[in-house]
Amino acid sequence: MIGTTAILVSGVVLGAGTYAYRAAGPLLRSQFTPSLRIQALMGIAATVLLVALAVTSAVADGREPADLARPIAVLVAGVLAWRHAPFVVVVLAAAGTAAGLRLLGL
Amino acid sequence: MGGHWVRRIRDELGQELLRDITLVCLAVGVVGASYGAITVSEGLPTWTPSYMSVVVFAGASQFLFTGVVAAGGSPVAAVVAGLLVNARHLPFGFALADTVKDHRLFGSYLMIDEVVAFALAQRDPHRRRVAFFTCGVMLWVCWNIGSLLGALAGTAITDTDAFGLDAAFPAVLVALVLPGLRDRTTRAPALLGAVIALALTPFLPSGLPVLFSLFGLVLARPGRHFEEVAA
Repeated sequence: MIGTTAILVSGVVLGAGTYAYRAAGPLLRSQFTPSLRIQALMGIAATVLLVALAVTSAVADGREPADLARPIAVLVAGVLAWRHAPFVVVVLAAAGTAAGLRLLGL
Repeated sequence: MGGHWVRRIRDELGQELLRDITLVCLAVGVVGASYGAITVSEGLPTWTPSYMSVVVFAGASQFLFTGVVAAGGSPVAAVVAGLLVNARHLPFGFALADTVKDHRLFGSYLMIDEVVAFALAQRDPHRRRVAFFTCGVMLWVCWNIGSLLGALAGTAITDTDAFGLDAAFPAVLVALVLPGLRDRTTRAPALLGAVIALALTPFLPSGLPVLFSLFGLVLARPGRHFEEVAA
């Protein structure tokens, strides 16, 4: 399948690449200060990405669609969160709904 | 003495936020255990999950790496797929540049999705900083303990879907991001971005649809927002 060296090298390359993504912003930020407008835009961009991540991971694993239980559970979580339910309730409700629906055979 | 800084963090973040982070920590630990178990049961060496969790520390790309290799893909293909999924961390880094400015190198290492979401949910810059590092360190510990135990336990815990944990991850993000969406300047781009990502999901490899959500920013008008605030 894959040898020890290949795993070690893959880990270093994936790790270094991922770290480079994460550190680019903080390292560049020490060189210059972007305008307030750009800073606001970057905050919005991060939220846009998190929302897209939540929605896509609610309905699919990569290109494969998820079962019905997961999107229903996340929808329940969304309604609870919108109604200001405590965080713990929102997360446990999502897991509980998905687990319960699957137990029922959905 | 050892409890001193723990008490200080608890005083600054509050009981409730610490409880929320702890809950996500436990969930991340269990998912980490499933990552370790799946990776080892696919035939990779027992040390692989822990190695990856330390050097990469990005769950989705680690799962993907295991998946590609297990399906017979080359290590190069697995690394490329992982780097594609992690590309969203670039804009995360820009958004949190101020938050990690006192510990840039360490802060960058801790920048996973849940930590970004917890930090961005805090309005006050100081509180945001404390939340980022507290959450980051706690999740790092949980993810690594989970990966290690999962790898040692082997096939005992591979199906976390039975506990609904696959629904917990998007729910965590939804709960943390929703307050920000009550603000119209963020809501419009976020909704358009979500629609774009959903529409592309069946057609593009993992990671790309989420990146394309950034086109939702055409609806962002932060400049106008500041004028409103100033007025």
